[in-house]
Amino acid sequence: MGGDSKYLGLWYVSPYIIGLLLFTAFPFLASFYLSFTDYDLLSTPEWVGMKNYEKLFTRDRTFDKSLKVTLIYVFTTVPLKLVFALFIAVVLNYRLKAINLFRTAYYVPSILGGSIAIAVLWRYIFADTGLVNMGLALFGVEPINWFGDPNTALFTITLLRCWQFGSAMVIFLAALQSVDKSLYEAAAIDGAGQWQIFRYITLPLITPVIFFNLIMQTVQAFQEFNGPYIITEGGPLKSTYLLPLYIYDEAFKSFDMGYASAIAWVLFVIIMVLTLIAFWSSKKWVYYAGDKRS
Amino acid sequence: MVSYSELPNPAHNTGDAPTQLELKLRRKARINSALRYTVLAVIGLIMVYPLIWLVGASFKTNSEMFSSPGFWPSEPTVQGYIDGWKTSTPYTFGHFFLNSLWIIIPKTIGTAISCTLVAYGFARFDFPGKNILFATVIATLLLPNVVTRIPQYLLFRDIGWLDSFLPLWVPSAMAGDAFFVFMVIQFLRAIPRDMEEAARVDGATTLQTLIFIVVPMLMPALISVCLFQFMWTMNDFLGPLIYISSVEKYPVSLALKLSIDTTEAFAWNQILAMSVLALTPSLVVFFMAQKYFIEGISTGGVKG
Repeated sequence: MGGDSKYLGLWYVSPYIIGLLLFTAFPFLASFYLSFTDYDLLSTPEWVGMKNYEKLFTRDRTFDKSLKVTLIYVFTTVPLKLVFALFIAVVLNYRLKAINLFRTAYYVPSILGGSIAIAVLWRYIFADTGLVNMGLALFGVEPINWFGDPNTALFTITLLRCWQFGSAMVIFLAALQSVDKSLYEAAAIDGAGQWQIFRYITLPLITPVIFFNLIMQTVQAFQEFNGPYIITEGGPLKSTYLLPLYIYDEAFKSFDMGYASAIAWVLFVIIMVLTLIAFWSSKKWVYYAGDKRS
Repeated sequence: MVSYSELPNPAHNTGDAPTQLELKLRRKARINSALRYTVLAVIGLIMVYPLIWLVGASFKTNSEMFSSPGFWPSEPTVQGYIDGWKTSTPYTFGHFFLNSLWIIIPKTIGTAISCTLVAYGFARFDFPGKNILFATVIATLLLPNVVTRIPQYLLFRDIGWLDSFLPLWVPSAMAGDAFFVFMVIQFLRAIPRDMEEAARVDGATTLQTLIFIVVPMLMPALISVCLFQFMWTMNDFLGPLIYISSVEKYPVSLALKLSIDTTEAFAWNQILAMSVLALTPSLVVFFMAQKYFIEGISTGGVKG
C-alpha cells in the first residue's frame, strides 16, 4: 500500500522466512550432505563420498525390493483412486436431491483415513476371519489370506487409500459444477451422446484439476508410511516394505543417518523427476480456460 | 454429465401435450437418475460399512467378533471400553487424549496466527524478493517431507527438544505448513481491498487494518485451517513416533499403536473400542463444521 516502507511486507512474512530457512532449506541441504557421509548419531558425520549410493544401487537387495514395491504401489494406487474419484464425482454431478448427503458420506473416510485407528480397523477387516472374508463367503468366495500372500498384502493398503478418495472427489466435483452448462446444451442439440459430451467437453475442461490431483496424490503416495507400518508391518517377505518404511528403519532403528539420507534423496529425485515430467507434459494435455491453444 | 431435464422444454411454453420424443427423453432421464442413485447408494454403503461395523464390533465380545459380518452385537458389552481405557500402561486413555489436545491446541493457534500474518504479507504488499519467496511456498507444497525429516530430527536433538512437543508445535507456528499458507493467500486475494483502503485513509496502521478489517473477513478460511490442522494433528503418527519417546507424553495415535503391540492377541474388542474413541473427536468436529472442510478443499485445490 502506498506510503509504506517497501520492507513492511517482509515483516509480515518474516515468520515464514525464518521457518523456511530453519526447518526446510537447511534440512534440505543438510540431508544432501549427510547422504555422502557415514553417521551413527554418536560420532561426527564422516565423509564417504559416493559409498552410500554405490551400495544402494549395486549391493542392496532390500533397496531393490523396496523401490520396486513402492513404484508398484504408487502406479496402482494413484490411477485407481483418481479414476474412482472422478467416476463418483461425475455420477454425483447431476441434479440429485441427496447430493450433499452422498458427498458427506463419501468424504468421511478421507477425514478419518489417515488415523491410526483406521489402519487398526483395516488389520481386522482383512484378517483371515475378518469382515472382508466373511463378506466374500456370502458370495461363495473362498477366504483369502490377505496379509499372508505377498501378492495381496500391498493391495490392502491400496484399497485403504482408494477408500479415502473423498478429497480428490470434492475437488473434481467443484470443477464439474463450474463447467458452463450452455456448452452441454449446445452439444446435446448438435446430437452428441453422453459419452461424447463427457469425453470432448467435460474432460478437457477439468484437466487442470486432474493435473492438480495427479501431482498431489503422487507426491503423497510416494510417502505412504502409516499403512504399511501399522497394517502389514512391511511384510510378508517385504512385499509392503515401501521406501519411507525403509528410510525410517535405517534412520531410527539402525541409526544409520547417512545411508537413510541417501535413500531419501533417491526417493526425492524420483518424485521430482516424475513431477517435472508431469509439468512438462501438461502443456500437451492440460487446458486452461482463456488459453488460446486449441 | 448433461441431463435431459435441463434442456429447454417446449411443452411448457406452448401448453401442448408432450410429444412422443419428449416422453421418451423424460423416461430416459428418470432411468438415468434411478441408476445414479443406485450406484451411489451401493458404493456409499460399502464405504461406510467398515465404520459402522467398527462401532458395532467395539460392543461385541471377543468370541463374537469374528463369527458374523453383521454389526449388531448379540450380547452388547462395554467391557472392551472399560479394559481398553485402563491400558497396559500406568496411564488411562484419557491421559493420552489430553496429550493429543495439548499438542493440537498450541499448534493450531500458532498455525492460524502465522498463516494470517504471512498471507497478509504476500497478498497485500510488494517487497523485494516476493516472487521468489512465493515460489518457495509452492515448492514446499510439493517438497516431500521425507527428504527433510532426518536433519530436522538432528536439529531438534541438538537444541534439546527431543521428547517434548516443541518439534511438533514450532515449525507449524512459523507458517511451516505450506498448504495452509497457500490456502489463506488464495482466499485473501479474492477479497476486495476497499474496506482496508478506507481504514488506511482513516489513519489505521497496517496491523490494525489486519486485525480489525482483514481477520473478520478471513474467518471462514481460518476456520478451515484450524479444522484441517486439528484433524491432521489428531491423525499424525510419524511426527510423534520420531520425537516423543516417553509413554507419559504419548498422543492417542502412539497409544493405539502401543496397545496393538502390548495387548494379548485375543483382546481385540479393547483395541477396537479405543479406535472408536480415537475417531470420535474428528468425526464430531467434521459433522459440526463440514461446510468449512468442503470449502477449504475447494479453495486450496481448484484454484491451484
